[in-house]
Amino acid sequence: MFSALRQRLRNWLFRPKIEHGTVILTQRRIFILPTRQGWALGLLLALMLLGCINYNLSLGYVLTFLLSMMAVLSMLHAFRNLAHLEIHAGRSDAVFSGQTAKFLLHFGSKLPRYQLILRGEESDSITFDIPASQDYAVEFPLHAARRGWLETGRLTLYTEFPLGLFHAWSYLHFDMRCLVYPHPRPDAPLPTGNAPDGAGKRGIAGDDDFAGLRTYVAGDALPHIAWKAYARGLGLQIKQFTTPVGDALWLNLNDAPETDLESKLSHLTRWVLEAEAQGLRYGLSLPDGELPAGNGSAHRDACLRRLALFDLPPWSAQA
Amino acid sequence: MKITLIYGLLLSILMVIAPHAYHLPLWVSALCIVLLVWRSYLAWSGNPLPKRWLLITLTLISLGGILIDFHTLFGREVGVTLLMLLATLKLMELRTARDAMALIFLSCFILITNFLYSQSLPTALYMLVTLMVIMTNWVHLHAPGIAIKPRLRVAAVLLLQAIPLTLILFILFPRVPGPLWGLPQDAFARSGLDDTMSPGSVGRLALSDAVAFRVSYQGKPPPRSRMYWRGPVLWDFDGHNWTPGRATQGIAPQFSATGRATAYSVTLEPHNKRWLFALDMPDSISVPARLTDDFQLLNSEPVNERLRYEARSRLDYHANLQESPSQLQRALQLPPTLNPRARQLATSWRADDDQAIVRRALGYFNEQNFYYTLEPPTLGRNSTDDFLFITRRGFCEHYASAFVFLMRAAGIPARVVTGYQGGEYNAYGNYHIVRQSDAHAWAEVWLTGQGWVRIDPTAAIAPERVERGLSAALTDNTALPFMSRNPPLWLRDLRLNWDALANQWNQRVLGYDSERQFAYLSRFGMESISLQVIYMTAGLALMIALFALYMLRHLLKREQDKTQAAWLNLCRKLGRAGLPRAPHEGPWDYALRCAAARPDLAADLTDLAARYITLRYGTVSDPHTQREFIRQAKKFPSLRGKP
Repeated sequence: MFSALRQRLRNWLFRPKIEHGTVILTQRRIFILPTRQGWALGLLLALMLLGCINYNLSLGYVLTFLLSMMAVLSMLHAFRNLAHLEIHAGRSDAVFSGQTAKFLLHFGSKLPRYQLILRGEESDSITFDIPASQDYAVEFPLHAARRGWLETGRLTLYTEFPLGLFHAWSYLHFDMRCLVYPHPRPDAPLPTGNAPDGAGKRGIAGDDDFAGLRTYVAGDALPHIAWKAYARGLGLQIKQFTTPVGDALWLNLNDAPETDLESKLSHLTRWVLEAEAQGLRYGLSLPDGELPAGNGSAHRDACLRRLALFDLPPWSAQA
Repeated sequence: MKITLIYGLLLSILMVIAPHAYHLPLWVSALCIVLLVWRSYLAWSGNPLPKRWLLITLTLISLGGILIDFHTLFGREVGVTLLMLLATLKLMELRTARDAMALIFLSCFILITNFLYSQSLPTALYMLVTLMVIMTNWVHLHAPGIAIKPRLRVAAVLLLQAIPLTLILFILFPRVPGPLWGLPQDAFARSGLDDTMSPGSVGRLALSDAVAFRVSYQGKPPPRSRMYWRGPVLWDFDGHNWTPGRATQGIAPQFSATGRATAYSVTLEPHNKRWLFALDMPDSISVPARLTDDFQLLNSEPVNERLRYEARSRLDYHANLQESPSQLQRALQLPPTLNPRARQLATSWRADDDQAIVRRALGYFNEQNFYYTLEPPTLGRNSTDDFLFITRRGFCEHYASAFVFLMRAAGIPARVVTGYQGGEYNAYGNYHIVRQSDAHAWAEVWLTGQGWVRIDPTAAIAPERVERGLSAALTDNTALPFMSRNPPLWLRDLRLNWDALANQWNQRVLGYDSERQFAYLSRFGMESISLQVIYMTAGLALMIALFALYMLRHLLKREQDKTQAAWLNLCRKLGRAGLPRAPHEGPWDYALRCAAARPDLAADLTDLAARYITLRYGTVSDPHTQREFIRQAKKFPSLRGKP
């Protein structure tokens, strides 16, 4: 009962929801409470006031009042340090599992801001100042532990500027996600079973025959976008072309020697990287479908993406 | 931790402990300085901070030093000393932000203890400067990244914004009449008159420039030679010290006065004793005070804060024409064996009547080779004999003491009166300043039919002392403080101006206590504390809201795009002419449609629309083209609607 009430209060106060676009930190979104140091100063000021009353120190009153009013005003300054800050989420490049993902956040401010701290739910915090500018990008690092989509979760942006007496904070929960590829297994030579030596070797991806559509991946060439498919509401698709020359190297999940899925995926990740590095034409064969053979960084990223998301439920933002 | 922050903290600790240096034991100041220098060296060289055991040893040693010096670990002086040692020792283990915060809090606290010793105007200004240093450190601690200039700016803005709020609080915050707990006896150690007098005790006060009290007379002040401010009355003499002795049952003080009354108000500096000063003889006073049998005014408790009172005195009087025999007996006591020559001299006068004896004694001082000096030779066991017959050099206490001795030996009841004589007129504030250097001692003799009569033997030796002040009376006045000699006129003026300012400060700021607050606020109809609190809260809230509006003004202001405003204005003009813009229409389509409807304006319209599109959606924005566009758009004629 009590905890339910607390949850409702929390929901009303903090309105947890995931946001898109630009967030402006309005008054409603900024919360302020005294810090431990703030309480300590309050105690000190009370002591000082008692001393002033006892010894009738007029100047003591002046000093006590000055200090307490500066403390009160520091609350206003802390609020101002966050108020009307414009924030929107930027891109984040895919990383391999075990690396650190970097989420870009763009800040717009008409005033310089000092000593802002951004903290994730389970991560270290970063501290930064913002000059008065339209767009100031800040990288928020987050350790990518598992493949799949990595979310920032709810971020806390807070400041204790200028005197450390008040903690002013605001919650940010953007629909930010970063793709995390499986960790590439360190030593995994390419499979030789289903492809002869030299098979699939080709300098460039072909562009003679239309070979099908695949989903758009950031970095794909714009002329290859299938605009007609887009108009039909199928989302951004890329037209793929191949030039059939010899056999392609097929990377099959079942060929990986490991027993558990994650290790197999890790193994395949290394194969993809290796094949790309050697300039081979390669295709990906997974239990839920195949990715036609191809070559080039776009193809590599498409393969890695399939591996990253294989057998995971479709992404939905978690509130 | 940044080294600049360490230096800043060192500076602020130095600034808060420096004013304490003059009243603390020398070794404490020396130890603090050594620790500060050591810490700055460590910060500069980057060497590690001292080990914990060393600090603990240092702490124990200084605690031991305090015990030896003060014989206690409690009390105000000890508390202040402990705080200072604590602050400097804490500097030696300054490592984390937490330590820095503790030091900042400590320095605020030490800053306030300074007011126990001085609350003068310069102290207040010094406090502001120190507070600014502390605030800069404080901001530095919580924003290590920002440069010195914005850091100073943030600290200064906080301080400046806090000043009006502090003013509101200072005036309206309900003052509680203190003390809440007993003031320790040493709370206010001040210099001033003592209730014992020995050779040299008044002379020491003459070296002090400190203000004893200030007087403003209602009406014309009396002549200087009649300004005798009565302090402790001394009866008992042991050959060296004069003391008040044990009071015997006297008769109630009474005097008959002739002539007009003199009314005045006195602002007495705290001196930690009960006596109040009034001109001889006071017949009314505005504070509850008791007039003793020997006409001393005693306050109900020691004066340990500045006290202001109104009083009225009669300068021509006959005091206690009837005196009790026990008192008269007391006024004749002398130490039995001491000073045989003085005794002999006085006995030889006994044949004369009382008035003649007094004249002979004064004449003796006048005719023999007596000098009035601040630096008298030391006297032996028979101090009165030595003074009267050998050294013949002395300050007022020597003369008063010797005179009373002679009177008693001659059989005339006499006593010593100490207090202040004279005072300096300050034309800038229309009041008189009485300083410690105006301290004086004189005699009173009881004559039949006249009561107690004031006799000032100093006036017989150095009449200038009474008429013009100490510096006029002393031939060699080098021992006096510079300002008590004859300073240049402009310096004198400056000093009087300054004292007038200090007087205002004392009356308006330092004297603003619960009573004065009530008197002041009730003039504005704020008689109850709750009303006071309401006004205070409202005032603070209003002020803070104003600051908030000011600080957030950049953020709350809507960004006004002048280009767009000019275009929208143009569209309104066209709309009034029967060509309203459809919601779906872009600027170019709209301009084309209007141009088709009004071929006469086509060229202007398409030109303006093209320029608007470049300015608003183009990549380069050039202020000159923008200005030109806005000018042209404004010039566009207001069209009359066509049917």
